[in-house]
Amino acid sequence: MNSKIAKTFANCKREKRAALITYTVAGDNTKSNSLKILNTISKSADILELGFPHNTPIADGGQIQESSHRALKNGIKLKDVFKIVKEFKNSNPDKPLILMGYFNLIYQSGENNFLKNCKDSGVDGLIIVDLPYPENKKFSIKCKKKSIDFIQLVSPTTSDERMKKILKDSHGMVYYISMLSTTGGKLKVAPKKILQNYNKIKNINRSKNIVIGFGITDKTIAALKKADGLVVGSQLCKTITNSLKKRLNTAKVLNKMVYKLKKKII
Amino acid sequence: MKIKKGKLLIDQHDKNFMYGGKFGGNFVPETLKKPIDDLTKLFTKLRKDKKFLKERDECFKSYVGSPTPFIKLENLTDYLKGAQIYAKVVSEANGGAHKIYNATVHCLIAKKAGKKFIVGDTGAGYAGKMLSMAAKKFGLKCKIFMGAKDIKRQRPNVEAMKKNGATIVPVTTGSQTLVDAVSECMRYWVSNCDTTHMCVGSTVGPNIFIKICAWSTAQISRELFIQVKEEFGKIPRKIKLLNCVGGGSSAIGFWNEFMDTDAEFVGIEAGGPKNSNLHAAPLTNGSKIGILHGAAQYVIQDKEGQIGSTESISAGLDYPGISPLHCFLKDTKRARYTSANDEEALKAYQLVSKLENISPSLEPSHAFHEAIRLAPRLKSSEVIIVNSCGDSIKDKDIIKQKLGSYKR
Ligand SMILES: Cc1ncc(COP(=O)(O)O)c(C=O)c1O
Repeated sequence: MNSKIAKTFANCKREKRAALITYTVAGDNTKSNSLKILNTISKSADILELGFPHNTPIADGGQIQESSHRALKNGIKLKDVFKIVKEFKNSNPDKPLILMGYFNLIYQSGENNFLKNCKDSGVDGLIIVDLPYPENKKFSIKCKKKSIDFIQLVSPTTSDERMKKILKDSHGMVYYISMLSTTGGKLKVAPKKILQNYNKIKNINRSKNIVIGFGITDKTIAALKKADGLVVGSQLCKTITNSLKKRLNTAKVLNKMVYKLKKKII
Repeated sequence: MKIKKGKLLIDQHDKNFMYGGKFGGNFVPETLKKPIDDLTKLFTKLRKDKKFLKERDECFKSYVGSPTPFIKLENLTDYLKGAQIYAKVVSEANGGAHKIYNATVHCLIAKKAGKKFIVGDTGAGYAGKMLSMAAKKFGLKCKIFMGAKDIKRQRPNVEAMKKNGATIVPVTTGSQTLVDAVSECMRYWVSNCDTTHMCVGSTVGPNIFIKICAWSTAQISRELFIQVKEEFGKIPRKIKLLNCVGGGSSAIGFWNEFMDTDAEFVGIEAGGPKNSNLHAAPLTNGSKIGILHGAAQYVIQDKEGQIGSTESISAGLDYPGISPLHCFLKDTKRARYTSANDEEALKAYQLVSKLENISPSLEPSHAFHEAIRLAPRLKSSEVIIVNSCGDSIKDKDIIKQKLGSYKR
């Protein structure tokens, strides 16, 4: 229970509110700007997810694809991602940061090397979209050894039996995908139904921090605020896209958006 | 790493669905775990079900048209003065290519699964055309994902899909070719897997799709095995089976029954334009293992693991990855892989269609190039068989543009 992620959830619980978790892409739209965005939004966000972009993301919708594309076009590399994390952590040592991405980048850099870089830069957790259970067993143990939270995903298609196994193997935090969708889809399931599923998972092991993600925007977030945590990603990526189009200060615009999201759940 | 004799290649994976411990697997988002698991269970049951097998065989016979012809290319053989060259004219199958086998089986499975919708990817447009044909026959609503670049360069097949009532979704991300079409199709399935069956157009993707596809195209070599025995009285000792490889479904189907014989397998990848660094030949050019579309395989990529750009005159071969089955065949040295470039494929197309009564599409023309290169160096007792797995009619625009005219 001494991880920064666990502490953050404990704090939020004390304040009787859900944790707000943001997702932005490293290097979107530039390296320095994505760092500035992290620094700015971390005032309202409890946990920051940072995507390391891949050019063939099979589980991402249009908005995150666009952000990833922008970042890659600007030449973002893994070493830049770790640099961004390190600099962010220098000024925000207690704010948990979770890296999120696809397995091929880890595979190419080598699992141990990748985890070493995570550790050195101060990454608190990892979400690997295309490394499901049980394929992730070995890797998740490696993460644990380095005190990095490996965050398991569960979805509406996950069977009860499988759910139990995944939770048993999970670390402190588990990510519940709200609906059958890639990221960026419109919320097509009633929040009540999502919370029902959420409670089912919660009842398997109440000590796990379960966060809900996919389809969450300023319109839908309030209805789900009973959860331990809520992830907003595509709406932030879309906000970056729009503010770039209008030549606005992206960090400022994003800050406002995250502040607004936070207000809706406290 | 070793291939086991007497066991189907598709079943030679470990409990993690990896071939040779290195290739394949199921690197998929959690949401797809259950639909993949359900499909795996259903297919495992169906492939042992006599009634289902009968249904499949009946479809192959009366609908696909089985067997497809096996012919000697007398003029080409005389012209090259070396090995005897034969063709398995798979392009005579209903629809004009081997993609009909996989499409038909997927529709049969979708019906058994009680699904009313089917989606698929396509590059050359054949996989899409065949899926739209079979979907129509079986009363399924069909959606096809196709790169915008491919929609432009494979017009005849696009027309056919439309005629069959399929919805074509142009994919405008990335290179706007097959790789993006497969990604987008998978994304669609993530969102609709409760109502929709997915067909992957080649022996790529999560393990079950590799299995279903290779199991379906195996019909090609089931027929060929009998035809070769009829022609030669036995399986000749010196025999080479040449096949182009994009994802690798036609090659696996062409080789399957010969796995435990002395037949030599040669896979021909797309070398891309002569004076370009771009290609679609990960095996020939020593690409590293990476993960693409849910499976570990040799794949064109940069050091970081970003999937690399490809280029080929043939849309069907224009894919950065390759079936894990072929990676397995390469590393066990059961098959050998080489490439032909755009210009060589075009020339081979020209020569074969001038001398013979067949007109291969640009994909098998890559394999014909290798046949033309090899034949003069071999004795007349040796046999080369090329899988002529597609018809040039779909490439008429490209051929006209490159060679000035197109005749069929
Ligand atoms: C005629 C033809 N041959 C070959 C291919 C390559 O696919 P595969 O390697 O799966 O046979 C295609 C793919 O579209 C094709 O249309």
